[in-house]
Formats: sequence, structure tokens, C-alpha cells
Amino acid sequence: MGFLTYLINGLSLGSVYALIALGYTMVYGIAKMLNFAHGDVIMLGAYLVFMCMSNSGLSAVLSIIIAIVCCTAIGIIIEKIAYKPLRRATNLAVLITAIGVSYFLQNMALMIFGSNPVSFTSVVSWPGLSLAGGQLKITGNAIVTIITCLIIMFALMWFVKNTKPGQAMRAVSEDKDAATLMGINVNATISLTFAIGSGLAAIAGALLCSSYPSLNPYTGSMPGIKAFTAAVFGGIGSIPGALIGGLLLGVIEILAKAYISSQLADAIVFAVLIIVLLVKPTGILGKQIKEKV
Amino acid sequence: MKKLNGSTKNLISSIAIIVVLYLVMNGMQATGNLSSLMSGLLVPVCAYSLVAIGLNLCVGYLGELSLGHAGFMCVGAFTSAFFSKAFQNEIPDVPRFILALLIGTFFAALFGFLIAIPVLRLSGDYLAIVTLAFGEIIKNVINVLYVGKDVNGFHFSLKDMMSLNMDFDGVVIVNGAQGITGTPRQSTFTIAVVLLILALIITHNFVNSRTGRAVKAIRDNQIAAETVGLPITKYKLTAFTISAAIAGVGGVIYAHNINSLTATTNNFGYNMSIMILVYVVLGGIGNFSGSVVATVVLTMLPEMLRGLSTYRMLIYSIVLIGLMLFNWAPGILKFREEHGLTTKQLVGRFKKNKEVQ
Amino acid sequence: MKKKFLSVGLCATMVASLFAGCGADNGAATSPETVETSGELTWRIGGIGPITGGAAQYGQGVMNAIQIAVDEVNAEGGINGYKVSFNFQDDEADNQKAVNAYNTLKDWGMQILEGTVTSGACAAVSAETYNDRIFQLTPSASSTSVTEGNDNTFQICFSDPNQGTVSADYIADNGLGTKIGIIYDSSDPYSSGVYQNFAKEAANVGLEIVATEAFTSDNKTDFSTQLQKCKDAGADLLFLPFYYQEGSVVLKQAHDMSYAPVMFGVDGFDGLLGVKDFDVSLAEGVYLLTPFAADAEDDATKNFVTKYEEQFGGTPNQFAADAYDGVYILKEALESAGLTPEASNEEICDALIAAIQKVNYNGLTGEGMTWNDQGEVSKSPKAVIIQNGGYVSVE
Repeated sequence: MGFLTYLINGLSLGSVYALIALGYTMVYGIAKMLNFAHGDVIMLGAYLVFMCMSNSGLSAVLSIIIAIVCCTAIGIIIEKIAYKPLRRATNLAVLITAIGVSYFLQNMALMIFGSNPVSFTSVVSWPGLSLAGGQLKITGNAIVTIITCLIIMFALMWFVKNTKPGQAMRAVSEDKDAATLMGINVNATISLTFAIGSGLAAIAGALLCSSYPSLNPYTGSMPGIKAFTAAVFGGIGSIPGALIGGLLLGVIEILAKAYISSQLADAIVFAVLIIVLLVKPTGILGKQIKEKV
Repeated sequence: MKKLNGSTKNLISSIAIIVVLYLVMNGMQATGNLSSLMSGLLVPVCAYSLVAIGLNLCVGYLGELSLGHAGFMCVGAFTSAFFSKAFQNEIPDVPRFILALLIGTFFAALFGFLIAIPVLRLSGDYLAIVTLAFGEIIKNVINVLYVGKDVNGFHFSLKDMMSLNMDFDGVVIVNGAQGITGTPRQSTFTIAVVLLILALIITHNFVNSRTGRAVKAIRDNQIAAETVGLPITKYKLTAFTISAAIAGVGGVIYAHNINSLTATTNNFGYNMSIMILVYVVLGGIGNFSGSVVATVVLTMLPEMLRGLSTYRMLIYSIVLIGLMLFNWAPGILKFREEHGLTTKQLVGRFKKNKEVQ
Repeated sequence: MKKKFLSVGLCATMVASLFAGCGADNGAATSPETVETSGELTWRIGGIGPITGGAAQYGQGVMNAIQIAVDEVNAEGGINGYKVSFNFQDDEADNQKAVNAYNTLKDWGMQILEGTVTSGACAAVSAETYNDRIFQLTPSASSTSVTEGNDNTFQICFSDPNQGTVSADYIADNGLGTKIGIIYDSSDPYSSGVYQNFAKEAANVGLEIVATEAFTSDNKTDFSTQLQKCKDAGADLLFLPFYYQEGSVVLKQAHDMSYAPVMFGVDGFDGLLGVKDFDVSLAEGVYLLTPFAADAEDDATKNFVTKYEEQFGGTPNQFAADAYDGVYILKEALESAGLTPEASNEEICDALIAAIQKVNYNGLTGEGMTWNDQGEVSKSPKAVIIQNGGYVSVE
């Protein structure tokens, strides 16, 4: 019974990671860029939902929709100002700029929302399932997060596969120059990717803070790094990989805490990650790209 | 006189600039013209510069992105500080510091070597994430590491102070998250600058040596390099180990300049690794002197902005984004070229002015 | 080629800007002062703490509270007839940055330091103040490494050993629990310091520790596993030596898994009830050690809390209250020593070391506070219990 409880806890934590990782992997797959500011957009999304619910008394669904719209707008603005001018520069330059944006968002939030943590009211009011006579509890948050995660994953996969912009994204991710020759507007496609990624961040923020209700301007950064790890774990660029990577990371983290040592949990999680990458150098579902001479 | 090639000239001029700066700083310090803030920053700036040089070797010449260099700095810092603290009363100051420096460098190099063996099998962002993972493991382990010393020798524990089972007179040297307190403060600006210049010379010679050229060949085209029979692994390992060792030296300098050494996300975690990467990219990938300059500027900048109080880091982030766009964005570079604002043209104008004078 | 020239040029401009920077920073003139001094002789009190970064809420509380106290003191004519100017610098809770902040304050002409806020940074700075002979009074750095070997450093808060020991004694004396579970932050000097002292004393007073679990600053979103392990080990009391931000999550998650042991926090838990939108019913029955209650009815507390809310918004926590007291403690010590700002830092430091040990101060955070030569304050940690959304003293 103990093991099952831990497993469920791990899956709920993992589903949050997975949700964040989807945003990372999406942007990486198309723009080939590690968007270090993603975690901070998540924080902004959570604050927006919080403001709408707590200060304006709006319903959870409406709040999330507002947050999605705002985050998408923020994502587009960030992309226009900070990333787009560097489109043809080295990837590292964009990475550093993303770090700058991350600092900027954190400090901006510190100015606007203050340094005191706030307690986030869950967007899910359903208490969840109680199995085996109350021995096993699955919180409503966890179930909603997992379902949302699955829906988003399938929606993204469908979008990338079956729609025109989605196909353009795939083309851009394969070969930017060839895509340009095929008449695809590469710039617009990448901007669209950022917009979608940022919109997803709003949902991730709301669900992250519903499960772990303390919110401050730095809330997004560590889950962001963890989710990035999860995305790499699953094979960065792969949409189902993000889900698998996120869930696995959550489960490993919880089981390491539960059965080995909570003091060394971080070290164990990262050690497992290293071992997996050594066995499968491009992550669990990553494509093995053979280099051509 | 033997004709020097361009990169050697560059090296000599950057060393000359460092020496001049060193003399100026010393002069100002001696005459009391240097503010406490500046004199307090001299040694840390050199320490960060060293780490940046180390990372630049890895990023610029090995062509691999490492997000774990703060981890090597951490290893260098903690092993050397541990040694200095543990033998504070047994060994006189000067030999102890030299030994500490060697120990710190050695262990950082050792960790670099051990980590490189598996890591260099990977490439690109997978390599980056694995180095990040190693950095985090090092930090996490140090945070739960307890080491004490009593008449029976050293005691180690990964749990807490009580489980060290020391004699009553035992001294705790590494106290978990509280780290090492009371490391002798032996890093001076002179030592730091000497080490910095040494690192510049070593890296310069390395990248221009036979091994260095091989490393560059591997960076540019691994398969081609393999085809001509270069032992890829050996060269990559060498470069990565040297890179880690230099970061370790930075750690030693850092540790011996501060009374209380703790491993947190900001000083030895991924935040620091990323910060160092910022120095490297802003200073120019593959340009060691550039790394030093970028380190100096970006360490000074937040200190200069102290007057802005809580707005400080906000402005800092905006400046950082601005600098990146100014130096890297193709559009802006083109604009600068058209309007005579490239650094080349600016330097040219500067030189002309001097000649006129 | 272009890139190389670019970087060489960048070198030149940056070196130039470095020189310019040095020139500009030579005097004290560039530092911000919160009180216009314009040549007038004043007491220069510095403060250091994190006002950006993850620990910003603690540093900002301290900064705001000192500002309130300084304004009050100045309105009443200052200390020994001289006004106080106050300058607070950010350290992002980092040891090296704290030393930088300290050096900035030294350039400004700081005579007395009230700081730093966090333990690790404070240990780094107290070595500096000891060498420079500048008197240091820290509102909230509770580790013993702050005061050990430094005769010039004094604490307003309880020390780690003090908190750990008192908690263990209190739990044993009142029979609050027999099987103790502990969750602590293994990456934080304060938390692991209190934990170790608690564990030591628990062994002495015969408390059984059934589970010891940790988390780190990088891994503090999910506590369900630690809670589950404590629950499985049969812990009927949880000792939680960390800050209220994580505390609010722990309480929520314990509630979600229907685990309701006695919760015992230390002084870091103060501030819990001030977290916006926090469901205070979750905190019902939580014990914590605090010398300060923001809803206390006495005039001094009311005055402070009202001013704080008016000027800065939010409820001040214990850090802020300690910092507020600090200014008045300094005032009392300076007055009893009869000093003026003309004295050198060393004179002020030596005089204050002697004077503060004679001070007997009644403040927001304790009655009859006195200091010993180790720099520790005499106020004993008092346990309170949260009932109906407020603190109730349990003595």
C-alpha cells in the first residue's frame, strides 16, 4: 500500500513536470533553443490566475482563459524583442538572452507582486478519489493535471501532424533553409511556436500552483529546470517524450525520497538521469540522428 | 626579433593590460583612493575570471556546452578550504596555501576527468544537461556532508553532526549546509592576478599546441578528425580536464577569500554555472581575454547599480539583454557596420586619435 | 575576423568603463541615503539583507522595519541629539554579495551595522566587521557561527541551539508527543542548525525521533513523501524547523492526506498567518516559537504594525519586529554610552560592546532583553499555539 501511495504521489508530481516540459520541448523542437525563461512565464501565468480569482473573484476557468491570453501576448512580445533579432546568431546567444529575460521577468514580478509568498487557491475544487477504504487517496489536482496533460499532448500531436501551421513547424524543425525554399514563413512559424508555448505555460502555472500552493516571484525557476531535465530525459523535441520524461522524473524523485534518502534525493534523481542518458544518449524517445559526412 | 603571430600578440597585450590594471589598482589601494567595494571585489573577480577561462576552453575550443562548471569550482573550493582548515595549526601558512591550491586544482581536475569519461560520449544539449546534473549532485552531496576531526583522525557522515561520533574535543570542519566557517584568508590580489595570467598563458599555449589544434579539428568536424586517425577521446578528455582544473583554481581563490563557505544555488549551483556561461558568451566564445573583460564588467555592473535599491536586478537584466542584442544580433551588427559603429571602426578611430595627439 | 575585432574592441570599451566606474565610486557620494544628511553630522547605520532573490521577503521586511524605526527616532530628535541616516544594501542571501554589500556600506561611512538577515551571509560579514572593528547587531541570523569568536557581533533573535533545545524541552515537559518526526531543509544553515540542536537535546530528554526527513531549496514543491514517511513511522508530533513559506505547503499537503499530528514550528513559522489567501484553518493548533505577534494588543506593537501596513502593505513578521527593536536597542546602548557620531568606528564598537551588555530592553519581541558577552540575547523562546486564526500564549 505504501508503494502505491508513493507511486501516485510521484505521478501527480510528474504530471506537473510533464506539463511544463511540453512547453520546453515544443520550443526546443522547432526553434532549437532552450527557453530558460519558460519557468518564469509559468510563474506569471500563476500570478495572473491568482489575481483574477482572488482579487476579481472570477471563476477558475475564466481566470485560466484570461491568463492564457495574457501569457500568449507576453510570449509574443518577449519573442519579438529579445529572441527574434538573434534568429541568425548562434544558439548560445539566444540562450543567454533567454537567461536575461528570465531575470527580467523575476524582478518585474518582484516589483509588481511583492516578495511575500501568496497561497494559491486550487483551480480544482473536486477533492479527488478515495480508494481502498480511504487508504489510497488521489487528489483532484493530480487527476485533472494528468488528464490536462494528456489532452494537451494529443492536441499538440494532432496539431503538428494535421494542420498547415503544424506541418510548417515540422518542416522548420527539420531544416530551416529548406523550409524557406518551400515557401514557409520561418519567422512566423517560430513566433507561433513561442505563442503556443507561452499559452501552455499559463495552464502549467495554474496547475503547478494548485498542487503546490505557495507562489512567489521565483516559484517558476526550479520546476522549470526540473521540467527541462524531464524534457531531455524523454528526448527533447519529442512531444510524447516530454510526458514520459516528466512522469518518470516525478516517480523517481518520490521513490528516491521514500526508499533511499530524502537528504540525497536531488543527487539520486540526477544520477538516474545521467545513467539513462549514457544508455540512451538522446533520451528515451529521442531520435538517433546519424551524422553524415 | 622573431615575428609573433596575431594570437600571441593579443595574449601579450591582454597580459599587459592586466598588469597595468593590477599596478593601477595597487597604486590606488596604497594611496587609499580605491573604495572598499572595489578592493573587496578584486579577488572574487579574478576567481570568476578563472572559471570563465576554464569554461571558455570547454565551450570555445572543445565546442561542448557545459552547465556544470560551478560544480568544479565548488570541488576546488571545498577540498582546498577543507585542507586549509584541517591543517590550520599543523602546517605554516605559505606551504599550506600552496598545498591547498594544488589539492583544490587536483580534485577539480580529477572530478573533471571522471565526469568527462561518460559525459563526452554525449553531445549538444544532452551533454549540457548531464554536466548540469553533475554540478547539482556535487552541491547536494556537499550540503549533507559532515566532516569532523578529533584525536582519532577524521570522521565522515552523510547524515548529521551527531553521527560523526567524535570525541568531546572534536572539531567539525565541514558542517553540512553551514559549510566551512573560518577558512584562513590567504587569497591576495597579487596571487589571484598571477594565477589569472598563468591561466591565460596556459590556455593560449594549449589551444596553439598540437593537442589544441587536434581539439579544434574535432570541434569543427569530428568525423573528419576521426578519419585522419586522431584519438578523439584522449584529446577531448585532456581539454575537459584542463578546463575543470582551471575552474578549480578559481574555486580555491574564491574559498580563501571568504570566511564562510556554503554551497548554494547562487554560488555553486546552476545559477552560477549559467552566470559564468553568460561571461563567456558575452566576452566572445573562444576569446579568453574577452571572458576576463566580460567577467569584470558583469561583476561590477550590479555593484554599480546598488544605488537603485530594489530596481537593481531589473535594470541589470535589461542591460544584459541589451548587451547581447548589441553584440550578437545580425541586424544590429549590420546597422553598426553601416554607421561606422563596429568595434573595429571604433578602435580604429581611437587609434587615429591617439596618433594625432 | 570581425568577431575577433569585435571582442578586442569590446575589451577596450569595457576596460575604459571599468576605470570610469572606479572613478565614480571613489567617494561615498554615489550611495543612496534614505535620510537627507547634506553635510550634517549623523549616525550612519547600515543594513544588509536579501531584497531580491528567493529570500527577498525576509530582507525587505527587515529593511522596511528599520526604516520605520529610524524615522521615528529622527522625529523624536535622534540619538544623543544626532539624527540617524540609514542605508540598506542587497545581498541576495549570498555570502560573497553580502561582503560586497558590506564594503559598499563601508564606503558610505557606516558606523554600525544592523544585519545581515540570513545566517550564511552573516557569518561571512561578521568576520569582516570583526577585522574592521564595526559593531554588528543582527536581527535574524541565528547560527552560532555568526557570533563565535567575534566579540563585536550580537543577535536580537534566539540562537539555533537555543531554539532547538527549548523546543525539545518544551515538547518533553508538556508531553506534546512521544514519537517525533522531523522535516528540515538540508540546504539551509538555519534549518539544519536548529534540527541538529533539537536532535541532540531530544536524546537527552528522552524523546524518540522516529523519522528524520529533509528537503532542499531546489526541491521544495512536494512534501507528500516526507509526510507519508513520518506518518508511516507513526510520528504523533512533527518538528518543522524552517520558514513559513514552505510551512504553508506542508500544512496543506498534510491536510490533503488526512495526517494530523501535532505540528511544532520554530521562529521561522512566524508570518504563516500573513500569507495572502492562506487558509488559516489549516494552521489551527500549530505550535511555534515566536517572540512577536502582529495582532498583540499593546500600543507598541499596534503602532508598529499600523505604520508598517500603511507604508509598505502586508503584515510585518518576526524578522521585521526584531529589526525594529534593533534600532531602539542601539539607541539605548548609544545613549547609555554617551557617544556622538564624531567617535571613530573602533571607539563606537568598543563602547557598544560594553554598553549593550548593560542594556535591559523591553521591545516588541521580548521583555527585559539582555545580552551576554557571547553576543546572545537572553530572551527565551516562547511557544505559542495558533487558535482561531491568532496566536495564543500557552504558558
